[in-house]
Amino acid sequence: MIILQYVIDALSVGGLYALAALGIGLIFGIMRLVNFAHGDLLMMGAYAMFMLAAAAWPLTILGGVVIAILVALATERIAFRPLRTADPSVLLAASFAVSFFLQNFVLMVMGGRALGVDIVPVLNHHIVWGTLSISLLNLFTIGLSFVLMAALTLFLKRTKIGVNMRAASEDVRMARMMGVRVNLVIAAAFAISGLLAGAAAIVVLGKTGLVLPAMGLRLTLVAFVATVCGGMGSLTGAVIGGYAVGILEVVLGGLLPLALLNYREAFIFAVVLLFLMYRPGGIIKVAALQERV
Amino acid sequence: MTHGQRGTGALAQLWPVLSLILILAVIVAFSHLGPLSFERMVTKALIMMTVVVGLYIFVGNSGVLSFGHSTFMIVSAYMSAWLTMTVIRKKIMLPNIWEGFGLMEMHVLPGALLAGLLSAVLALIVGAPLMRLSGIAAAIGTFAVFTIITVVYNQWDSFTKGASTLIGLPTYVDLWTAFGFVAGALLIAFAYDRSKFGLQLRASREDMVAARAAGVNITFQRLIAFVVSAFVTGIGGVLYVHFTATITQANLLYLNLTFITIVMLLVGGMRSLTGAVVGVVAISFVSEGLRQIEKPVGVSGLGELGLAAFMLLVLAVRPNGIAGKWEFSMPAFLRHRAGAP
Repeated sequence: MIILQYVIDALSVGGLYALAALGIGLIFGIMRLVNFAHGDLLMMGAYAMFMLAAAAWPLTILGGVVIAILVALATERIAFRPLRTADPSVLLAASFAVSFFLQNFVLMVMGGRALGVDIVPVLNHHIVWGTLSISLLNLFTIGLSFVLMAALTLFLKRTKIGVNMRAASEDVRMARMMGVRVNLVIAAAFAISGLLAGAAAIVVLGKTGLVLPAMGLRLTLVAFVATVCGGMGSLTGAVIGGYAVGILEVVLGGLLPLALLNYREAFIFAVVLLFLMYRPGGIIKVAALQERV
Repeated sequence: MTHGQRGTGALAQLWPVLSLILILAVIVAFSHLGPLSFERMVTKALIMMTVVVGLYIFVGNSGVLSFGHSTFMIVSAYMSAWLTMTVIRKKIMLPNIWEGFGLMEMHVLPGALLAGLLSAVLALIVGAPLMRLSGIAAAIGTFAVFTIITVVYNQWDSFTKGASTLIGLPTYVDLWTAFGFVAGALLIAFAYDRSKFGLQLRASREDMVAARAAGVNITFQRLIAFVVSAFVTGIGGVLYVHFTATITQANLLYLNLTFITIVMLLVGGMRSLTGAVVGVVAISFVSEGLRQIEKPVGVSGLGELGLAAFMLLVLAVRPNGIAGKWEFSMPAFLRHRAGAP
């Protein structure tokens, strides 16, 4: 029974990380941008949900997701498009600036205090079954991550723009010569990453019930680690990396003695470090990223 | 770099770094005329500059980003606190610290240097395996080290007071002290730039495969830069905490310092020492200027938004940073008089 409890916990934590890692991995694949502002898309979505909390919950969620998508599109258009040919480190610095902007914008409008909100109260319920206690939120997270991953796979394989997106992440210049409209494809990728961030916002809000200007930071960092371990530029790798970090977190939480529990984060990163020593390219190495001679 | 070789006199050789130090000295001298708050702002900028110059030594020369340089700030800051706080203060703040530290009261300068040395040793230990990584994996690797160290320091109550703030550090960092340390940092960075090590590392930055073919041991060269860089960054961390007299164990604070120092370096231009200096000066002055404008408008927070917009604008207009690859070089009419051939 306790095993099943761990499996469900790991799948839900891993699902959240995988959603965030996908959002970061998708953008990186196409434009070599490590988007540090990804967590701030989540934060904007969460604040929108906070402001719409009085409405019916489907409307609250929809509003939050739409805002996350719109903010993602705006950052692409205003901040990242002028830098498209720049060095990856410049793009990264620009994403720091975007993150700084968004957080300070919220700080200015809403203040820095944590604000409480309960968007979908039904998710707080637990299903008790013998010694097993499963929160609906965990089940919802698992379902949501599976549905979104399946939808993204279908989108990338079956739609024209999805195929174009995969072509662009192989080789942008070649794709452009073959008639792929790169601006459209990149905008679409940002919209999807906004959607993924908005979905993650529902889960994070369900878990913590709080909105804060810096609420997206930890998820960004974890997702960033997950994409690197999974293999930068590979979406399958991002998903595997996300689940791997989630499973690691839950397993360490269960195995570490109480005295060491405070060191859990250190253990997670020690494992990450050892893994990177062993496989610097991550689980799935992307051929397009290797230097050609 | 391209012009420096023409004059062979010592002055011509040192011209790029001496110009920077001279310009900073002028800024420092003039900032005495301003109000005290302005003086503190300049001091803080000089402290940040020490950190950014430290970051430049590794990131600028190797082209590999590091998200872990705040580790060295933290490690050196605590080391300096252990060495230089008065015995009485240590008895009150850190009663359970190791006796050797507890009974010690070192002068602040050797304290700062030893603290920097500790970071250099740490960089040597963690860098040996880390420097095999490239690109984003290297950045994540250094970030992993940062997380591990901050978690451990956060739990290490007897030495760090755990998650609470350590207060009572001697405050010795004023305008000219900070300037002295920046000048030292610039000289170290410049000496490294001009050494064969710096040259080899920059070669690997421009073309890894060609550099390796020419016999550059990239891992080893990166490690040297990482160690030197950790030493300078660590001393920057020491200055930072002795300026405020407190060490906050806030992970978020140091994470933000990581971000802002990287942005400063890239805005200034990571390919030149001048860039590291210009980036800090530009962002500090724009930030302060916007704060002055913000006050009468009455909406707090506008300054930060303006600063973010400024950073994005610079990156969009000058992707290689304000300074690009540019360094000062000795003007032609002086070069002849200095006895150069």
